[in-house]
Amino acid sequence: MKVITIDKKGWASGIEKTKSAFQVFGPVKEKEWHSFKALGPGEQPDMAYSNTRISPKFLVQPQSEPMFTYSLDEAVEDHHILKEVRKDTAPKAVVGIRPCDAAAFLIVKRNFDAPQYQDPYWLNAYNAMTFIGFACNTPCSTCFCTSAGYGPFNEAGLDVLLVDVGDSFVAKSLTDKGDTWLKAGGWTSAADASGKIEALMQAAEAKITSNVSTDKLKTRPTTQIYEAPFWDDVAFSCINCGTCTYSCPTCWCFDIQDEARGTSGIRMRNWDSCMFPMFTIHGTGHNPRGAKVQRVRQRFMHKLKYYVEKYDNGIQCVGCGRCIRLCPVNIDIRKVCNQMNDYDPAACVCPA
Amino acid sequence: MIPQPASARLSQKRGCTVQNPYLPYPVRIDEIITETEDKNLKTFKFVFVNPADEEKFAYRAGQFAELSVAGKGEIPIGIASSPTEKGFIKFTVNKVGLVSTFLHNMKVGDVMGIRGPLGNSYPWNVLEGKNVVIIGGGFAFTTLRSSIVYMLDPANRSKFKDINVIYGARSPGMLLYRDELASWERRDDIKMHITVDATSDPDWKYNVGFVPAITEQKAPQADNDTYAIICGPPIMIKFTQPVLDKMGYAHDHIIMSLENRMKCGIGMCGRCNVGKEFVCKDGPVFTLAQLNTMPKEY
Repeated sequence: MKVITIDKKGWASGIEKTKSAFQVFGPVKEKEWHSFKALGPGEQPDMAYSNTRISPKFLVQPQSEPMFTYSLDEAVEDHHILKEVRKDTAPKAVVGIRPCDAAAFLIVKRNFDAPQYQDPYWLNAYNAMTFIGFACNTPCSTCFCTSAGYGPFNEAGLDVLLVDVGDSFVAKSLTDKGDTWLKAGGWTSAADASGKIEALMQAAEAKITSNVSTDKLKTRPTTQIYEAPFWDDVAFSCINCGTCTYSCPTCWCFDIQDEARGTSGIRMRNWDSCMFPMFTIHGTGHNPRGAKVQRVRQRFMHKLKYYVEKYDNGIQCVGCGRCIRLCPVNIDIRKVCNQMNDYDPAACVCPA
Repeated sequence: MIPQPASARLSQKRGCTVQNPYLPYPVRIDEIITETEDKNLKTFKFVFVNPADEEKFAYRAGQFAELSVAGKGEIPIGIASSPTEKGFIKFTVNKVGLVSTFLHNMKVGDVMGIRGPLGNSYPWNVLEGKNVVIIGGGFAFTTLRSSIVYMLDPANRSKFKDINVIYGARSPGMLLYRDELASWERRDDIKMHITVDATSDPDWKYNVGFVPAITEQKAPQADNDTYAIICGPPIMIKFTQPVLDKMGYAHDHIIMSLENRMKCGIGMCGRCNVGKEFVCKDGPVFTLAQLNTMPKEY
């Protein structure tokens, strides 16, 4: 594993150099919030940012994405037959992604890269990415990555981990892709900074004071948590706006729609949300999750119970805290997770 | 879930380029049959535009496919033809929403797509050597028709013991596949118990009564070698299950096929889950014993 030091004075020029080998994405401030944007010539990632409002999942799974095109013109050969849309699979570097958001792709990958089926859109986009992570020296009050199974210096899912050590970034290359990126930037001076990184990591982890307990989620019977009495209370204030699912780096649910104008059309997929009644309504009008409480429960059960049981690889949450910060009615996944984990029907003395 | 051998299409070795599971096979509508007197159910017979695709679409009774209409979308529909019927695939479609209504207005010769086969199928490895009781109601008889044709095929009939079929509809004109029902009635290797809720037809020579009542009268008593497959509207299932309980059917001997809203059909888009299982990929076929451990979100 290579550890390179990047003097901040040489950072911007190096980033420019990487643009000849990669399409570079980085955090850019727009109005009040940061978001990942493609960086044109001269544009730099804002490394003074905390985290983006919307997670970078859209770089791999766009909010709306064409899958197929077709012609409805019967005079055209192959009319009504779907053709695959060509995708840009040129190398892309996501500079400054937070460790939680990079780890989120590994969680989502289990869904799209399953033993039986592989999703070509997601996987081709993911494989084109080089993730240049940026360790969090100052986590937010809503961060709980450490107890979610990750951390402010977590390396899972990253190709390079950058640590801000003051006048310079220390870059830990974690993969061949990471080596390629560092080479493209012309950064070669080896660093010996392990003691410094360790100290910064411990300081950052110590700043994360909120946490979740997840140890009992896997073994508690599904129906027991599903039928727990607290769901009405959790869902009471929810307005089903979907902000939590859209801002979440580990929510992947999508819809498929056809859109035709005249005789040409596309089949596309769009982000969807379990918060919406249309997500599950049958053609008959019957809806298995027709009530708000059922949809709120689905979101938490999926992340904190179904996923845990299905993959035996932790919760479907990296503790980024976006849903907590952005929820207009202050629903807090940390509280719900702990309620689910601690729920013991035998000990329940709630009034009937 | 119920273990099944992977079909030919699914067991292809993973290569560098991922094959696209969302891409339908092009098909041409070969025949359209109006099945019921209310004209809301039509059977569509499709042939593959590229004959080689038929082999890739190797399916088992109980699986479904996404019928894909360019410009409209896709609908998940159970496969009504049997793997033993070659050269075509059949689906019986109820006119309900955008795609199915458009499909009902399409013509023979029109080109569309089929994506699949999808889902797990009935557990044929478990059912071999057993008595099979098929209980169906209304238009949920499509994959049951596939199963009956499959079991009655000369190459397969000896693999199963007694076959009983209880099939009901509101009226004689609402029964699907009436010619085939009549021909099965004449056979001695399948016991048919056709019923209608009510009829004013003086020539009706079969049963009159709801499926649960006919099940109680006609279904064989439970034993370890007898499996029931139930497919029908929720109300039929609700009242048939206590009958089977009374007759001693164990919950792992009661096999059901679920429906939920679907899009991807391959366990990725997230909407059809019942607990941690996806109806599209882990189902649609579950035993009642399995369903008892899952939330009732279907």
